[in-house]
Amino acid sequence: MTVASQPETHNIASLNAITTPSRSLGQEAWSRLIRNKASVVGMFIIGFFLFLAAFASVISPMDPLKLHSGKKFLPPPFDAGQTKIKSEAEFLLGTDSLGRDVMSRVIYGSRVSMAVGFLPTAIILLLGTTIGMTAGYLGGRADNILMRLTDVVYAFPDLLFFIIVMVALRDTFIGQMMNGLVLLFAALAIVNWVGVARLVRGQVLSLKQKEFVEAARCIGATDFRIMSSHILPNSLGPLIVSAAFQIPGLIITEAILGYLGVGLRPATDSTSFFITSWGTLMLDGQSAINSQPYLLLTPAICVALVVLAFTFLGDGLRDALDPRMRGTQ
Amino acid sequence: MVTYLIRRLFWLVPVLLTVSLVTFIIMHSAPGGPWDTSDERRQVDAATAKSLSAYYGLDKPMWRQFMAYVIGDTNSQTGKYVCGVICGNLGPSYRQRGRTVQDILFGAPEGKTFWQSRFGYSLRLGMMALSMAMLIGIPLGIIAALKQNTIVDYVALLIATSGISVPSFVLAIFFIIIFASKLHWVNILVDDWTQVKYWFMPMSVLGFGTMAFTARLTRSSMLEVMRQDYVRTARAKGLAERVVVMAHMFRNALIPVITILGPALAGLVTGSFIIETMFSFPGMGRAYVQAIGQRDYSMIMGTTVVYALLVAVANLSVDFIYVFVDPRIRLEE
Repeated sequence: MTVASQPETHNIASLNAITTPSRSLGQEAWSRLIRNKASVVGMFIIGFFLFLAAFASVISPMDPLKLHSGKKFLPPPFDAGQTKIKSEAEFLLGTDSLGRDVMSRVIYGSRVSMAVGFLPTAIILLLGTTIGMTAGYLGGRADNILMRLTDVVYAFPDLLFFIIVMVALRDTFIGQMMNGLVLLFAALAIVNWVGVARLVRGQVLSLKQKEFVEAARCIGATDFRIMSSHILPNSLGPLIVSAAFQIPGLIITEAILGYLGVGLRPATDSTSFFITSWGTLMLDGQSAINSQPYLLLTPAICVALVVLAFTFLGDGLRDALDPRMRGTQ
Repeated sequence: MVTYLIRRLFWLVPVLLTVSLVTFIIMHSAPGGPWDTSDERRQVDAATAKSLSAYYGLDKPMWRQFMAYVIGDTNSQTGKYVCGVICGNLGPSYRQRGRTVQDILFGAPEGKTFWQSRFGYSLRLGMMALSMAMLIGIPLGIIAALKQNTIVDYVALLIATSGISVPSFVLAIFFIIIFASKLHWVNILVDDWTQVKYWFMPMSVLGFGTMAFTARLTRSSMLEVMRQDYVRTARAKGLAERVVVMAHMFRNALIPVITILGPALAGLVTGSFIIETMFSFPGMGRAYVQAIGQRDYSMIMGTTVVYALLVAVANLSVDFIYVFVDPRIRLEE
């Protein structure tokens, strides 16, 4: 996209050359991205929740596990609610059925959502890229097997798969690790790498035919070098965009599983890093919808905000990384 | 073309087989048997568990159990051959004694029609949600495309983007709190689903995402069609704008929308379990969630297989519909 400066000897070429300083592709994309207001807002929201997640123990006003006896279902100070229970100023969003501070629990819940958003995505990208590139580059039988595999995985209703895995393997060793989060990560990664692999494979198939790959092969570059320094950098754009759209899906999945009661197990000891999740909070809130709607409403708003933020960022990234796609979606 | 479609049809078999195999393996790798009740309840004693396992054929080796599930096996007590999934027999439910899974899912209560069965309820809800999505989504997309880059377009796009990204159960929470808990317009604890007015809430929540998706798809498809040569030709011929829009643009822009009908309906029927649970809707999804809670393995497996079949057939329908709707594809082959 950047026009390389031409030698002085070519007069016509120098007339045609664009005089702006040359910038790398990344810089170009970044400047396009920050000009997109929606994606900047999205980045701020994501940054905000990442901050909450990282410093939950400092930010949250109270211990999320402390049971305040006799202070069950306190409504928040700004909305007295329909019950006769009086609110207390220190509980900004009221308390839940056991007298725990809702605000602190929601803040701690952001940890799980952020972790579920980013960690499996890293695994998915790594696995999907490796397999997709290998299959696309080698072609033949490896490619065939991969495509058949993706067909099967696509036919499997993925949410059902997660539910089955979480229900069946809940009491196994891996299901116990990190309150069940490790199992959830594994299940999410197993299903979702396929989409990435398919995407990368498509990229590789089209890039393989390009002249610069041919040129690299002519000067004797090895297969590994062609893949790692020619094909991979050129397929990074679609990969980043797909990751941005993948993350909200993972966060929603976690929330649904938590809401169904098969996600993260709520921790009871304060030493564990992941105390509760937004989905689990919504499950708690469902039973108290009239007396304490904020237990249900706050995590729901958080999920909606994060998901929208990632969608805006993803849209912005797609426009920034591939300007040709602009306005077609 | 025909061979391609037949090949696609046959491809269903290995897909469904793999889905049931994976589900089978996961369900059977769960520690503890299907008879372990939750910790607070009384456990089934060993002798009962043994005879239950024998009755359901769980004492046989794993591969034999799977074969019995798919193809069928002779019953160890009566010696009679009982057909498996391929005959539509999803096996007996582990928790609801005396009922088979297909009976729970597809069987209507005494004297009622198929539409009163759990599957029938889900199907009706899905079809209503789909109709709502199409009736609002398609006009919204067309208007947005015709008024591209105006305020109308931006509002439509905003609705579409938020509708696609905000998951339906979060939307349901907002709806329930606003319309039921705060405004008291609707009652969410309904036990009489024969009255159509109660269907409105779950239908709109369920259909909202599909509506947004349809609007976005229609818009982008319209934008593409608007730039085609035949549209310019139609205008150059001096046709009325109404005719150009309806006969030349709309009909062609609708092709991608029609092809997603199948997957959209499958998505609505299979994806409704969380909405059904929230609204206590007597459909297949809530039965599934209840089965999860009760660890009713055969019910979970059976429902998963039904869901997978629905999704696979729906995806297949895209290829078939395309051939009928778009003659260009038939000619290419």
